[in-house]
Amino acid sequence: MSELPPFQTLIDEHAGDVMAVLRGAVGRADADDCFQETFLAALRAYPRLSDGGNLRGWLITIAHRKAIDHHRARGRRPVPVAEVAEVAIDDPEPADGIWAMVGALPPKQRAAVTLRYASDLPHAEIAAALGCSPEAARRSLHEGLTRLRKELA
Amino acid sequence: MKASLNRSLSHLAERAAEEGLLDVAYATTDSPFGPLLLAATPRGLVRVGLPNQDADELLVDLAARVSPRVLEAPARLDEARRELDLYFEGKLTDFDLALDWQLSKDFRRRVLRAIARIPYGQTRSYTEMARRAGNERAVRAAGTACGSNPLPLVVPCHRVLRTGGALGGYGGGLPMKEDLLRLEGVLDD
Repeated sequence: MSELPPFQTLIDEHAGDVMAVLRGAVGRADADDCFQETFLAALRAYPRLSDGGNLRGWLITIAHRKAIDHHRARGRRPVPVAEVAEVAIDDPEPADGIWAMVGALPPKQRAAVTLRYASDLPHAEIAAALGCSPEAARRSLHEGLTRLRKELA
Repeated sequence: MKASLNRSLSHLAERAAEEGLLDVAYATTDSPFGPLLLAATPRGLVRVGLPNQDADELLVDLAARVSPRVLEAPARLDEARRELDLYFEGKLTDFDLALDWQLSKDFRRRVLRAIARIPYGQTRSYTEMARRAGNERAVRAAGTACGSNPLPLVVPCHRVLRTGGALGGYGGGLPMKEDLLRLEGVLDD
């Protein structure tokens, strides 16, 4: 797309905002990692971006997603403690092992379904995240859901 | 915040290069004529912007014609900067830099390649460049090719003069052309 500005412009104008958002979301210590991941993801998708209209919003969306990824990874990371507290676990998996089925979907459908229902992103942002058009994102989501319904039926 | 942000940004440029995402790296460097813009693709130096050219416009043009993945990454241009410094000090006569010719096509590119072979301290005519590029009658087109040279200094279009020795034109302005020819000993001080 010829109207996309040089990527450096995005950095010059929005790097400070992105860093501030990430410091708020994941804390100072981990913000730099998420910052790198955010701008690398943006750089990867940038040439295919169809709408250069709201580049700040696009970057902030990616930053939020990287913060979510970070929190998920952190949740799985074991934390060493002196004594393991005995706590009753009350965090049942959703019925029918639905996320296992989501996990078995083809990559694009899986990503679309996860971004829509786990991260609550609207279609336009899913498209930005996947580096495709909103129509293509909608289609991947639809195909994923159709497949899940068929498997549950 | 500022210092740590700058650290993050230089780290980002390195990682982008490692992952093959740094399509156009650029830097500015000082010269006796004012700041120069240097831009390179993974293939080599792709653009040299002279002091009288608007660097922002050149970057927008690179984003449109090469790739919008344009990042400031001075380390990628260290060698070009070093050789240009030596050239301006009169200590380097032949550039040894990989060049990416993608911004010029066909006849213009053939003219520029012929210009790249003109030795330091010598001059040629537009007519001769047209002939070397395969069409002796296309003198005006050879002049246009010089005027649109994306790699001035390194591809030394300042060494091309009118038949009979008149200076002709220069993208960086005639005084700069005269100074370069003086530096190379073609014109007297």
